[in-house]
Amino acid sequence: MESLAPDTAPSAPPPIRRLDPQDPTPAQEAVPTTATSFVAAKRSIAAPQFSIRRMEVDRVSIHYGAKAAVKGVSLPIRQGEVLALIGPSGCGKTTLLRSLNRLTELTAAARLSGSIRLDDVDIRLIEPTLLRRRVTMVFQQPNPFPMSVFDNIAYVLREQGSRRVRKKALEPQVHSALARAGLFEEVKDNLKHPALKLSGGQQQRLCIARALAAEPEVLLLDEPCSALDPQSTAVIEDLIVRLRDDVAVVIVTHNLQQAYRIADHVAFMYLGDLVEYNSATRLFNSPTQQRTAEYVSGAFG
Amino acid sequence: MEEELQPEYGPKWSDQRVERMLGTLVVFIVGLLLALIVVVVINGWPSFAHNGLSWFGPGGNVDDQLSAISQSAETGAGYIYTFHAWPLIWSTILICGGAVVLGLVTALFISVFLTEFAPAWMSNLLRPVVRFLASVPSVIYGLLGVLVLVPFIGNHLITEHQKASVAGIISLTGYSLIAAVIVLTIMIAPLMVSIFTDALSSVKPGWLEGSLALGVNRWRTIWKIGVRAARPAIVAGTVLALARAIGESVMLAMISGSTAFAPNPADGLIFIYEPSRPLAPTIVKSVDQLSSPPAKATLFAIATFLLFSGAMFSLAGALTRRAMNKYGAA
Amino acid sequence: MESSVVTPPPPAPPESKVPTKAVEGSATWSLVDRLGLAFCWFLGLLFCAIAAAIVIYLLIQGIKFLKLSELTTPAAAGFTEGESGGFSDAFVGTLILGVMGISMALPIGVAIAVWLVEYGRPRALARITEMTIEAIAGIPSIVLALFGTVIFTSTALGFLSRSNEGVVFGRSFFAASSMLALEALPLVVASTREGLNAIPRHVREASYAVGKTKAATTRRILLPTARPQIATGGMLGLGRIIGDTAIIVVLLGATQNFSPVEGAPFPLDYLRGAGTSLTNFVYEASPTGNLNQPQKAYAAAFVLLLMVLALNAATDLVHRRARKVGTWSH
Repeated sequence: MESLAPDTAPSAPPPIRRLDPQDPTPAQEAVPTTATSFVAAKRSIAAPQFSIRRMEVDRVSIHYGAKAAVKGVSLPIRQGEVLALIGPSGCGKTTLLRSLNRLTELTAAARLSGSIRLDDVDIRLIEPTLLRRRVTMVFQQPNPFPMSVFDNIAYVLREQGSRRVRKKALEPQVHSALARAGLFEEVKDNLKHPALKLSGGQQQRLCIARALAAEPEVLLLDEPCSALDPQSTAVIEDLIVRLRDDVAVVIVTHNLQQAYRIADHVAFMYLGDLVEYNSATRLFNSPTQQRTAEYVSGAFG
Repeated sequence: MEEELQPEYGPKWSDQRVERMLGTLVVFIVGLLLALIVVVVINGWPSFAHNGLSWFGPGGNVDDQLSAISQSAETGAGYIYTFHAWPLIWSTILICGGAVVLGLVTALFISVFLTEFAPAWMSNLLRPVVRFLASVPSVIYGLLGVLVLVPFIGNHLITEHQKASVAGIISLTGYSLIAAVIVLTIMIAPLMVSIFTDALSSVKPGWLEGSLALGVNRWRTIWKIGVRAARPAIVAGTVLALARAIGESVMLAMISGSTAFAPNPADGLIFIYEPSRPLAPTIVKSVDQLSSPPAKATLFAIATFLLFSGAMFSLAGALTRRAMNKYGAA
Repeated sequence: MESSVVTPPPPAPPESKVPTKAVEGSATWSLVDRLGLAFCWFLGLLFCAIAAAIVIYLLIQGIKFLKLSELTTPAAAGFTEGESGGFSDAFVGTLILGVMGISMALPIGVAIAVWLVEYGRPRALARITEMTIEAIAGIPSIVLALFGTVIFTSTALGFLSRSNEGVVFGRSFFAASSMLALEALPLVVASTREGLNAIPRHVREASYAVGKTKAATTRRILLPTARPQIATGGMLGLGRIIGDTAIIVVLLGATQNFSPVEGAPFPLDYLRGAGTSLTNFVYEASPTGNLNQPQKAYAAAFVLLLMVLALNAATDLVHRRARKVGTWSH
């Protein structure tokens, strides 16, 4: 996997700029009336410094029985940028996201046609546990395990190998994972603290840290902020934008402003179809499809 | 009945009246339990009072002591209470401890299998099997133990050499620790399985999914996350099984061997073939002597011991569960 | 920067020839994990084998030794299997105990569960009641039996058994079945509570909203809805009652025959007298018992096992029926 790393290694993460320092977290409910009056602040103004194709979704359809949840979707997923999947409920975006690390196989008899490739290998040829370490996922509801903060991260590292690793040996990795998720400073003094006693935002960052501890190439986020308050949301959005240089980030969100703030590319799905895929600025400001225009202007709500 | 004004149906089935009737019944049941504890302790007290702490200790042959106690009522020379229960207690610890440890391991694996790995046909078969094993009366287990397992152990597992080596002390016929532990395990493991499978299948799906999504395989996920989160219920189920094991009297009276002998692990592996008799079967075996006051006191003292050890285990279980809840697994 | 508009999907998605495993298999697990899963299979199959062995073995022995005449002939004094008659009294005794025990345990258990779920005030009493029920579930049946010997030999309860010149015998169907009912009580309470708790609050509110009292709502809506769980609890309790031996040995069985109390009207003469049950018969007829007639023990155990199997099947049936009816969304 090292050989796939970009030649121009990313230096410092790009500075996060907010256009409106007075109001860093616009109210989530405020839906703009027209696409042009879209007021959300774009967090990542600088274009990504590089991008490499990590995953390729190629004409993927997913059926649950006779019902098609995803219909022939093709998308590139690149490291160095954030891809947001938006669309009304039941449009298949979460199904698509979960199929990226074969999590759909666990819940229902979902049939997938087309192909999803990770670094040019069909993911169905990759053993699921290996795949899920390379493509990790963070869920809508923060789900830290009922153990200490340390053990939550260490769990991922321990259960990957077959040998039992001693606690001391894991410390650097645990600390760095927490640091990458921007949580280390807050919890460094009580790593033995029960993870479920953290605040909701901290819990979700812990889940992100846990997902990062596996050193994944792709990070999937399924509405990671929908259960959180605006402050925590802002912190996590900052974090996501900062992470995109190291991992390809795919986020499903209901929150259009959030998609606009943090995504580089946005895919709009409707009833299983991919309606439009474009850069965030273009998709929100000058959508080419009628349905996209209606959705981003709040018609679909 | 005009002292109370009832807005609707009149006094017969009014809420207050029903509540009072049900409340009385509840208080009656609570009172019955208290009465039970008081009756058992008071009746057993003379035995404790005469022996003091040595009641729990070793000393002498328990069977001889028991017959001396029950005969003392007829001689007129005054009641004898001398009783040192250690061989019975030790036998209880060995048999119940062994069965609970074996049962815990068995039940954990079977519950993990049932909740996560068993294909549909297997779980459709195994679930009724577990329920069936839990519902077989203990006397049937005892009968099969006596007529099948005990002769098998006596004739095929215990060597002549082993029998000869302890010939002067005890005869090895197959009525043994190992027979008791095996049958008791089969009796209590299904109980634990039903509690554990309930607990495992109600573990928050998010935790299991979260672990799977990080590339941890299903086996480790269910053990490290599922079983861990279900630990409080596992403790509760184990305590319940332990209570059942300690209280099991008839089956053990049939197959553990009828001598109050204390098998000694220091003798080597042979100790698992040695007979013994735990506390509860001792009551069943001696229940005919209830009319003799000192024997009655002794049997009730044993019952008191059983009651209080059961209570202690429940308490210990509750404390353990509280400690485990520290990380929020409920 | 590349950005493209995706037009509707290409007409022919590629036919994927990639072999997929529907669910993650164990092929890639570490050796320890795979051994663990193998152990799961081993234990699961072992349980099935044990259950099959019990049923098949008792079936063979039952067919070999059970004569229908044994179900209609009472036991007789005799030293050989041919002379000692049948076990009709034991068979009928089990039926009597089942009917009497469950007809006490069911109403009391349901009433307690209703109080706990629907009333439950004051909170402290509810908590104490819960603990009481749990404690009763944990009391060994031999301790309950000893408690029974004390209360049923008291002169106040002398009318429940045979008494002779002020000395109360204490062994009777009344005595045994009330202690058996106490043993079955926690199962009924737990199951009924589960059923009542599963009914969403809005159902109760809908009934209150049309002016029904709590008592009427419980009687007309809640209890009928919880009927499957109540039935399940009742059958679990019944299984416990017909399967118990310790209480019967201590509180009922003096001989293998009914011994009705003279002068009392039928059926009180029988119910006040001592008697026996199948479990007691099996216990006494086993090699460790007083009769030592293994063939009869097998025959009686087979009848007992059939009753348990029938009870299990009935429980399953109730479950399946209940699932068909459907339920509210919460």
